[in-house]
Amino acid sequence: MMTSLVPILTVITAIMVLWYAAAIGMNAKWARDQAKRAKVELTTSELIVDTWSQDRPVLPVPHQVASELWKTTGAMALKGRAFSKRSLIFHGWITLSATLLGFVFGTGAGILLAVGIVHNKAMDMSVMPWAIASQTIPILAIAPMIIVVLNSVGIQGLVPKAFISAYLSFFPVVVGMVKGLRSPDGMQLDLLKTYSASGGETFWKLRLPSSMPYLFTALKVGMAASLVGAIVGELPTGAIRGLGARMLTGSYYGQTIQIWSALFAAAILAASLVGIISMIERRMLKRMGVKP
Amino acid sequence: MIWVLIAVAFWVFTWWLNGRIANSPAAGSRWAKLAVPVIFGATVLVVWEALVRGLNVPPVILPPPSAIGVKVASSLDVLWVDFVQTFVKGALTGYLMGCGGAIVTAILIDRSPFLQRGLLPVGNFIAALPIIGTAPILVMWFGFDWHSKAAVVVVMVFFPMLVNTVQGLADTDSMQRDLMKTYSANYWQTLFSLRLPAAMPAIFNGLKVATTLALIGAIVAEFFGSPIKGMGFRISTEVGRLGLDMVWAEITIAAIAGSAFYGIVALIEKGVTFWHPSQRG
Repeated sequence: MMTSLVPILTVITAIMVLWYAAAIGMNAKWARDQAKRAKVELTTSELIVDTWSQDRPVLPVPHQVASELWKTTGAMALKGRAFSKRSLIFHGWITLSATLLGFVFGTGAGILLAVGIVHNKAMDMSVMPWAIASQTIPILAIAPMIIVVLNSVGIQGLVPKAFISAYLSFFPVVVGMVKGLRSPDGMQLDLLKTYSASGGETFWKLRLPSSMPYLFTALKVGMAASLVGAIVGELPTGAIRGLGARMLTGSYYGQTIQIWSALFAAAILAASLVGIISMIERRMLKRMGVKP
Repeated sequence: MIWVLIAVAFWVFTWWLNGRIANSPAAGSRWAKLAVPVIFGATVLVVWEALVRGLNVPPVILPPPSAIGVKVASSLDVLWVDFVQTFVKGALTGYLMGCGGAIVTAILIDRSPFLQRGLLPVGNFIAALPIIGTAPILVMWFGFDWHSKAAVVVVMVFFPMLVNTVQGLADTDSMQRDLMKTYSANYWQTLFSLRLPAAMPAIFNGLKVATTLALIGAIVAEFFGSPIKGMGFRISTEVGRLGLDMVWAEITIAAIAGSAFYGIVALIEKGVTFWHPSQRG
């Protein structure tokens, strides 16, 4: 762990340096135009400072994004307005609740279908090829339609977005879980047969425990997919609330810093959700004695 | 009412049929493996059609498959224009640039374990983020036309591809590398004769994952602004006009394009990695 810390920090520092350098190049045109209009000559250092502190830069620099993030989360929380409509905590929560609701339903349905597939040969042969093929299809494209259709039958708000999230996390979980439930080898299954274990006992004592590593890998993929689904699901509804809506309004009004801060909020959300799952994974696999 | 009964009856019949085929001695044969999913798919279509007709579902909520088929056949020209704009110009260009760039980057950092240790975790981290969120930014930078879509695709496929390639290049054991050394092969000879071929299964894994990402990226990027053509554009505007048959037609094309793209890459993989155990089975 320690041996990779220095290289990681180096890479991150390099990205930061490149980022600031790129910001100078990309924002310089606007700075020069403004200076020309005001009829002042910019020295190089003034130019650089200006490119790093514009209101609507082409590329905002990290400290601008960070300060916007703080202004819309921590600072508002300190003022006791954590859930006002201008706060990213509020928008993040909207997205997060849709993500989690969809994720729970999607993985639940996925696990159930996987159990069915493993125990019923007809289901396996008919559903499994479609489940695999569906992963090559850009399912996300149907997101706007789901939103509008559910809207026209009177379902609004959280549920349509959760529906997309569920749909996106469903297939990775099915495929991963089927693989996991099938992972015990013939020797282990034979052993349980010699114990005259019933199908249920085989499932609870052998198949389910040995599917756990596969399940967690699928859960991580599904969680990331759920979040993307919830964000994209916020785009077509007219975009009022949620991180996706922040991105869309930001792009309408040229508020680049707002887009970037929403993007980073989404990234932090994704990283922490996946991080929580891998933490549970490590704990659980350790207690179960699975080899790392 | 009669349609609903037909739907239920057809469902029960094909369920029974699939059960018979799956539990018959011929279940392992090739035609059974093909027939069962095809019957299942046909069942879904028939039940869908019958239920939509039987329950009088309005076409603005769910059009029947027959209407979608008619729409596909009658608007092939529009679909083709959208396909070229989104798939050929946006997704394919971005895919080639992103994957090519990632493979070249992987080879460049291959000689430096320091860079690898730094870039791999960062790349893994970025690959798990909702990169699709960069779409509005890139649309702002590169304009509404396909260039911005290709840029989104590049960003989306780059990191999964990089991680896979770097892992693939590490996929040789010391025996094989020692053998190359006894031939006094230099770095480049070892790379091209041993390590790149050995990396191909992992590289193709990445290439296959990237096909789906490329199409998703190109379509979703069009939701943030596009010229008046493209699959994502058509989907978002037709949804607004409640022309759901057109939306489904676009989705059909997207599904076919996505599976075909994946299938072609898988075919190339079969030709390139014919030696790998997973291809010989």
